Amino acid sequence: MKFSVTVTLKKDVLDPQGKVVENTLMNMGMKDLRNIRQGKYFQIEVDENDQSLAEKKIDLMCKKLLVNLIIEDYKINKI
Amino acid sequence: MRSSVIVFPGSNCDRDIAVALEKMQFKNQMVWHKETKLPKSDLIVLPGGFSYGDYLRSGAIAGKSLIIDEVIKEANAGCLILGICNGFQILTETGLLKGTLLRNKNLKFINKDVHVKVINNETKFSNKYKKNQILNINIAHNEGNYFTNSKHLDQLKKDNLIAFKYCNEDGKINESTNPNGSLESIAGIYNSKKNILGMMPHPERMVEEIVSNKDGINLFSSLLS
Repeated sequence: MKFSVTVTLKKDVLDPQGKVVENTLMNMGMKDLRNIRQGKYFQIEVDENDQSLAEKKIDLMCKKLLVNLIIEDYKINKI
Repeated sequence: MRSSVIVFPGSNCDRDIAVALEKMQFKNQMVWHKETKLPKSDLIVLPGGFSYGDYLRSGAIAGKSLIIDEVIKEANAGCLILGICNGFQILTETGLLKGTLLRNKNLKFINKDVHVKVINNETKFSNKYKKNQILNINIAHNEGNYFTNSKHLDQLKKDNLIAFKYCNEDGKINESTNPNGSLESIAGIYNSKKNILGMMPHPERMVEEIVSNKDGINLFSSLLS
């Protein structure tokens, strides 16, 4: 079973990289741009046929290594 | 005093800290990260560098290495632990120190000598310094911007767990004397038992007048006293 995990900085944490990307796009003329937050994306395959069990395993991976819970949020989606 | 320096792939300050420790008469051993046993140690050092190329987050992969379980056991049993630069990042990733180190506010790798103030001089790591003593000490990092939640910050202040703060040469602390955007200009912190110190500046680079200065020496002589 295959999942995606998206990791983003929490709302209150400054994202200087996202800010630079945002400013650059603005300077390139993309004036409708409101806000950019940069994050990380993982594609994870697990040997598990039960979706809820598989999601639990992915969740554990997130909590144990992939995500720093102090500053980051994450979302798991089946793909 | 017996010390162990843990070496990860990508550590690059392990030799420097070993030279500093040996100069100060520590009986030092280097310990590869794949080891599962630590030699008997009074002090364990996690050195600076770029363990695992800073993949995922600085210190994240090293924080899950085999030897770290032993380091955590020793830390909980009261052994002295010093994490310098990447070592500090690893300590936060293991949870031995709370908070985390974000990317520098200016997005640049900063390598320069800065001034830091000794905030707490009553620990095993700092008793040879004077309170509020100003040290000139090198920093070299991309992620040194310390961040923690407000509850932990209150605890750091209340329990005197802030080890060092960035300042200018007169000891003034404000936004302009903060090189990396660190919360409250924090350059180093202790755990609540004060047997673990994590710091971004490099004391091991400041032990020889001929290459820099000797402002780092007292950290090591404090440990020996």
